[in-house]
Amino acid sequence: MATEIPQTPLRAASVTQFKEHVDPEEHERVITISDLNVYYGDFHAVAGVDIDIPENRITAFIGPSGCGKSTVLRCINRMNDLVPTARVEGSITYHGTEINSPKVDPVEVRRRIGMVFQKPNPFPKSIYENVAWGARINGYRGDIDEHVERTLRQAALWDEVKDKLKDSGMALSGGQQQRLCIARALATEPDVILLDEPASALDPISTLKIEELLRELQQNYTIVIVTHNMQQASRVSDRTVFFSLNERRQGVLVECGPTTKIFTNPEDRRTEAYITGRFG
Amino acid sequence: MSLTTNLGTAAGSVRRHTWRPRIANRNRRARVLSFVFMLAAVSAVLLLALLLGVLLLRGWDWIRLDLFTEQYSRNAEDAGLQAAILGSILLVAVSGVMAFIIGVGTALFMEEYAPKGRITDVLQTNISNLAGVPSVVYGLLGLALFVEMLNLGRVLLAGALTMGLLILPIVIIASQEAIRNVPLGLRQAAFGVGATRWQVIHHHVLPAAMPGILTGTILAISRAIGETAPLIVVGASAVVFANPDSFFDQYTAMPMQIYQWAKQPQEEFTQLAAAAIIVLMVILLTMNGLAIYLRERLGKDRW
Repeated sequence: MATEIPQTPLRAASVTQFKEHVDPEEHERVITISDLNVYYGDFHAVAGVDIDIPENRITAFIGPSGCGKSTVLRCINRMNDLVPTARVEGSITYHGTEINSPKVDPVEVRRRIGMVFQKPNPFPKSIYENVAWGARINGYRGDIDEHVERTLRQAALWDEVKDKLKDSGMALSGGQQQRLCIARALATEPDVILLDEPASALDPISTLKIEELLRELQQNYTIVIVTHNMQQASRVSDRTVFFSLNERRQGVLVECGPTTKIFTNPEDRRTEAYITGRFG
Repeated sequence: MSLTTNLGTAAGSVRRHTWRPRIANRNRRARVLSFVFMLAAVSAVLLLALLLGVLLLRGWDWIRLDLFTEQYSRNAEDAGLQAAILGSILLVAVSGVMAFIIGVGTALFMEEYAPKGRITDVLQTNISNLAGVPSVVYGLLGLALFVEMLNLGRVLLAGALTMGLLILPIVIIASQEAIRNVPLGLRQAAFGVGATRWQVIHHHVLPAAMPGILTGTILAISRAIGETAPLIVVGASAVVFANPDSFFDQYTAMPMQIYQWAKQPQEEFTQLAAAAIIVLMVILLTMNGLAIYLRERLGKDRW
């Protein structure tokens, strides 16, 4: 049997809206990653990564292609379990519970830590069913119609789809599909949401909508976003983690801190080179 | 022929080639080859049309109600193949259900549960090889296993189980292919909201793979309905005077009946065989049509 992960009640936003004031020490750390190493077969993809992820904040992972930022993200909700050759070492705790412990059920982890993928991937089912399914299989008790509406409103999609809930989720535009995927992730009532380059396949207007939505959601959720787009990271995140490759082609963490500091006054030369566009 | 023929020489800025592009030559070769390929395609269709034409010419007069209502008779005028039609339907129904259940189960295990490694490699090689084993060998297996070891005797069930074994590898391979083609994004999405492996399979992988699985199963059944060799070995009767009244009764099937009629010396019986082949062909084409319909119909609203 899986051990119960302690559930933190959703907190109302009592936080400052100004990124400048963010200090990870002042917020509870929802997730703590220490000395994370990931291997794909013989390939050592991520080496010795330590990150703290503060509650109700948006943390952005940036860095050049292949530096392991998506890999680290996928470790947080054990999606790497699905890759047969992947091996994860080190510690990732969620509210103090080690998520890689054999006593923890990955199904439970993924219910608490939702995920949105790079390519919008709604189920080939109705819009309603896309949202309802996750809640239902996780034993949601209550009015499911109401739950679907509330979740779609949270994802800023309700007004656009309320008259066509029975239509296929695949019929929506790319940006709408991605917000539907966010709604689907919200439907299981997680408290962390991981987003893996959620806007990289979208046009600028849809991208902006997603970013606004993330700012809304941040009040109640802890968010981690991987992005290739540095403007996006600087616009949307409170904290930024910069990854790069070391001389052995392993993904390593170079620097992390408040987003404003990373973008205006980075400590590491590699970070500076990357954000100013001279590298990567 | 120079480059400037088609485009004219007006543009003074056209760069002069230092080699000859031989466009006319290349175009001629493309035209000749496309004609050759068209001939290949037409010859296949022509052959099928020829086959159908000969059959219709020989058997058309014998396509009559008696074919479906009468049984074996020494007299061609009174002969029908009701027992054979019924036998064939029962055979493929049992073998189809058997192959579908075991085949989909095997495919799910191989694709979704089995750890990739030596043992699954050996299993996979075995399944692929089984699909290539001649059908008469399955007949011998059925004879040893069902007719003798299980002591069923020469009954319908023994034939159906043998036929099920014969088409099992085809169903497994088609199902594996269909399951493998379910996009990774769909699985990730389902796992991502906290679904168990079985919930992912049950709600997403199987529905997405079902058109492919059904197509494979129907094509496998079409193969079973035309098979003769294994039935001869496991002891389907060539001459049956009544419908099988249970799965433990003696039986015959359409290909058996056709074979029996075709080797009769009288001209009427060869014409009767042609009529029976037409019936068999109609059943086969209907099933293939159904396979296509299912694939198109269930394939809607997919990734």
